Amino acid sequence: MPASDAREAIQAIYRIEAPRLVAGLVRLVRDVGLAEELAHDALVAALERWPREGMPDRPGAWLMATARHRAVDAVRRERLAGRKHGVLAADADTAPERELDSALDDEVGDELLALVFTACHPVLSTEAQVALTLRLLCGLSIDEIARAFLAAEPTIAQRIVRAKRTLAEARVPFEVPRGPALRERLSTVLQVVYLVFNEGHSATAGEDVIRPALSEEALRLGRVLAGLVPAEPEVHGLVALMELTASRFPARTGREGEPVLLLDQDRARWDRLLAGRGLSALTRAEDLGGARGPYALQAAIAACHARARTAEETDWPRIAAIYAELAAVEPSPVVELNRAMAVAMAEGPGAGLALLEALADEPALRGYHRLPAARGELLARLGRSGEARAELERAAGLAHNAREREMLLLRARGLGEGGDADSRVRPER
Amino acid sequence: MRVMVLVKANEKYEAGAMPDEQALTAMGTFNEELVKAGVLLAGDGLHPSSRGKRIAFGGGKKTVLDGPFAETKELIAGFWLWQVRSLDEAVEWLKRAPFTDETVEIRPVFEAEDFGKELAPKVRAHEERIRAQAAAREKR
Repeated sequence: MPASDAREAIQAIYRIEAPRLVAGLVRLVRDVGLAEELAHDALVAALERWPREGMPDRPGAWLMATARHRAVDAVRRERLAGRKHGVLAADADTAPERELDSALDDEVGDELLALVFTACHPVLSTEAQVALTLRLLCGLSIDEIARAFLAAEPTIAQRIVRAKRTLAEARVPFEVPRGPALRERLSTVLQVVYLVFNEGHSATAGEDVIRPALSEEALRLGRVLAGLVPAEPEVHGLVALMELTASRFPARTGREGEPVLLLDQDRARWDRLLAGRGLSALTRAEDLGGARGPYALQAAIAACHARARTAEETDWPRIAAIYAELAAVEPSPVVELNRAMAVAMAEGPGAGLALLEALADEPALRGYHRLPAARGELLARLGRSGEARAELERAAGLAHNAREREMLLLRARGLGEGGDADSRVRPER
Repeated sequence: MRVMVLVKANEKYEAGAMPDEQALTAMGTFNEELVKAGVLLAGDGLHPSSRGKRIAFGGGKKTVLDGPFAETKELIAGFWLWQVRSLDEAVEWLKRAPFTDETVEIRPVFEAEDFGKELAPKVRAHEERIRAQAAAREKR
């Protein structure tokens, strides 16, 4: 096998094995930074030896054995230097190997899950949680993470170093939270995953930059979580939301790369496979009694769109009702805005406009272009073109995205010239 | 990216032989690993070609043909659709499958991005600009 092929094969193997490898090592050495170093050392050893010796039958086991060996050396060195090293220093007379083995006797299955919770520990900032999750659980390189978040590479490297130090200083235990704490901590994990998913397909300031690989990683991590905590409905709810949202990705951009709003999308391009998976995941969440979880509710809305063969067949009353539930469960002005638009579709623009009026002085929505944009749409539909234009122009002024701005100005101009008053409300993509 | 993984047929399969319990269990375990890794999107076994049909389009005609079909080695016995980071990853996963005497093919699936390659340089240039700006900001 040519050297470069062998190298890539080994990298691919490493990426598959790394999360479990690191998790197992954290359990042993009780330090995320050291665990990562040991895992990396094992990779270096593999890159040196496997091309010569052949690929091992069980690469994961080989990597773990190699890393453990180095862990023993590391512990010995620490002891010689008179330093304690976490739980391994408990009994200075015990041979390091024996301590490591007894540590291994602890529950093995929970390791990966414990790593997930560690990477998303509340002692870390959200930014740090995201970076650590992408690094340890998705195996992204520092450079890949930097590119994903349009940040400088040293910034990300520093962020991860500091995160590991914070975990060590706070003496965060390597464990899966139990009881009510599990669900609370899980919501942080899900938040991180959803954040990454949205980063992968959201418009950044300036122009649309879609980073599909990031959304794929998030979706994959969500599926992994669904396997690790299958009894938790909100995990399935989030997976459902991501699968259903991703099912629309192929239709989101037009031929010039311009964004196409949901109601205008060519539904033949919607990925039916992902939609089906999303609907299954949603059913799973509901069967577990989680129909009213925030992710499950958002997924239920996405499911309504997925089930409509055409935009005209959309079950708007149902969507409006789900938004009402979402508003009760996780109240937010943005949810209210979305609910108003759904009500407008279900009951007419006047009803929607009335709900939007209630948001007029909402401080959280100040400077948020979607509020005047929504008002503009509904006013246009009611034939109040002058007011509609003013609102759409106001919205354009607030938009922080060149393309959004263009679209809003275009629509405003269209109204002014008595032209196309197509004022369908426009849900996000 | 996605790949389609195509399990090729052999004589035993075309003769309608069912896999034994051990083989089924091993395959079940493998599928579970794929699910747990978030890789498996879809997959199924197909009936032998004796149960199938073909349509040959050509010369303005559509000819319907009944199975079985002759070129056993080129027939498909089953398929998977996997979500992977690279073709290399797909290869590594496939190596872990409990096959003993089969040929299995991996083919990347066309994605929407494949059709929009002209956009890529523009998008990349834009990303580089933003990163340069971010780096400049960090220095201050």
